[in-house]
Amino acid sequence: MTSTAPAAALFDPERPWRRARSVALRPEPFGALVYHFGTRKLSFLKSQLLVEVVTALADHPTATATLVACGVPEAQRPAYVRALADLARSQMLECRTEEPA
Amino acid sequence: MTAVLPSPRPTGGRLIDQFEYGLDAPICLTWELTYACNLACVHCLSSSGRRDPRELSTAEAEAVIDELQRMQVFYVNVGGGEPTVRPDFWHLLDYAVGHDVGVKFSTNGVKLDRARAQQLARTDYVDVQISLDGATAEVNDRVRGAGSFATATRALENLAEAGMRDFKVSVVVTRENAGQLDEFKELTDRYGAQLRITRLRPSGRGADVWDQLHPTMAQQRDLYSWLLANGEQVLTGDSFFHLSAFGEALPGLNLCGAGRVVCLIDPVGDVYACPFAIHEQFLAGNVRSPGGFQQVWQHSELFADLRSPQTGGACTKCAHFDACRGGCMAAKFFTGLPLDGPDPECVQGYGEAALAARDAATVTPKSHLDHSHTGPVRGQPTLLGMPSIPAGPPAAPPTRPCNESPLAGMA
Repeated sequence: MTSTAPAAALFDPERPWRRARSVALRPEPFGALVYHFGTRKLSFLKSQLLVEVVTALADHPTATATLVACGVPEAQRPAYVRALADLARSQMLECRTEEPA
Repeated sequence: MTAVLPSPRPTGGRLIDQFEYGLDAPICLTWELTYACNLACVHCLSSSGRRDPRELSTAEAEAVIDELQRMQVFYVNVGGGEPTVRPDFWHLLDYAVGHDVGVKFSTNGVKLDRARAQQLARTDYVDVQISLDGATAEVNDRVRGAGSFATATRALENLAEAGMRDFKVSVVVTRENAGQLDEFKELTDRYGAQLRITRLRPSGRGADVWDQLHPTMAQQRDLYSWLLANGEQVLTGDSFFHLSAFGEALPGLNLCGAGRVVCLIDPVGDVYACPFAIHEQFLAGNVRSPGGFQQVWQHSELFADLRSPQTGGACTKCAHFDACRGGCMAAKFFTGLPLDGPDPECVQGYGEAALAARDAATVTPKSHLDHSHTGPVRGQPTLLGMPSIPAGPPAAPPTRPCNESPLAGMA
């Protein structure tokens, strides 16, 4: 709710992202469970498409490119960016820029 | 065709509705490692005391952990009995953590000396919660036994001194400690720990003291206000969702997770719908049977039944049904109430009415298991030896047992 504003500020969809290394995805009928072994936080991906996006982040140059590649309809992209921003805020995603190119 | 199949899971919608249909693996699994316990708490939900000779061996426990890893159960809540009295407890802890199964264990602190506290502080993915049912020794020891407050606070000191972070103090809210919530918070803060409070269930020996110990309606209202004010800093294990019918939803998941997102593996490997439901009616299977735990979780008839949508029942007509969802299944069951009716502690008052309307001949269900100590236990709780406490203002602190006449209460 109120917390999405700073999250959006932290999350730049034009940068390369991936699922954090200490995070596991568990497939579920509604999407997936996301668990961070470091923070012990649990989160939920509420659609199969979002699971595909999170999984595919590492294969694309930016988050935006991932959304396009996964076929997320344009009208839904802002909602997906917000969902990814929430995940980034809880350290479920990490930016790939820290590693050597 | 559709009549014999479970109703199909809807796509999208609220997460809570999805959870009602169950998950491929539990989110929150409680695993009680032993029925053995050094204490004899009057409200023990598993009637623990004596070890069961059929308890899982080390190899069998390791096999369960392997299976949990395959199913991606990311953490388990380990309890008992007192889990740390199992000689292989520390080995199983390391084994679980080494297999990506985080452990949160509940203990009365009996084995948490300085060396163990330091060991825990060095281990990732381990969470400790120390049980305490009074913010003072007087209130705590009456329920948990003489000396148990000192044992618990010594363990808390050891953990704090070892630099352990995020450990918990776990409190069952009773009529006697409901007025101590702020004191519990202060005590917890003093050790740099986090407070976790849960609901007293009429399960195990809890059934024997429930009438005497469950919070009054006034206390429930105070608890609700306190949780609204402090809920974000206090863990509840979602155990107070029945209070949501007071008005606002409380933080956390407001849903009975039995067989849907939670379950219990007991010390002999039996799988029950939830930790508060150790009764044959909620027994889904055993991890020793072919297919192991996964087979039980995914294919038992009982769990399939718990995952089908609720229909009918008095509660579904209530304006607050969406908030409390009929409350706690185990609380209803062990007080002899119908499962599709109100929770005995329904904050709209329907529970009291239902309890009063029970047939005089109603026999409340009893578990087929009782591992309670059969002889006297050192520091035995005094609650049951005391005159029953009248409802209303909290009882005065008890006199120390050693100040009491040996004939007190016998006249």
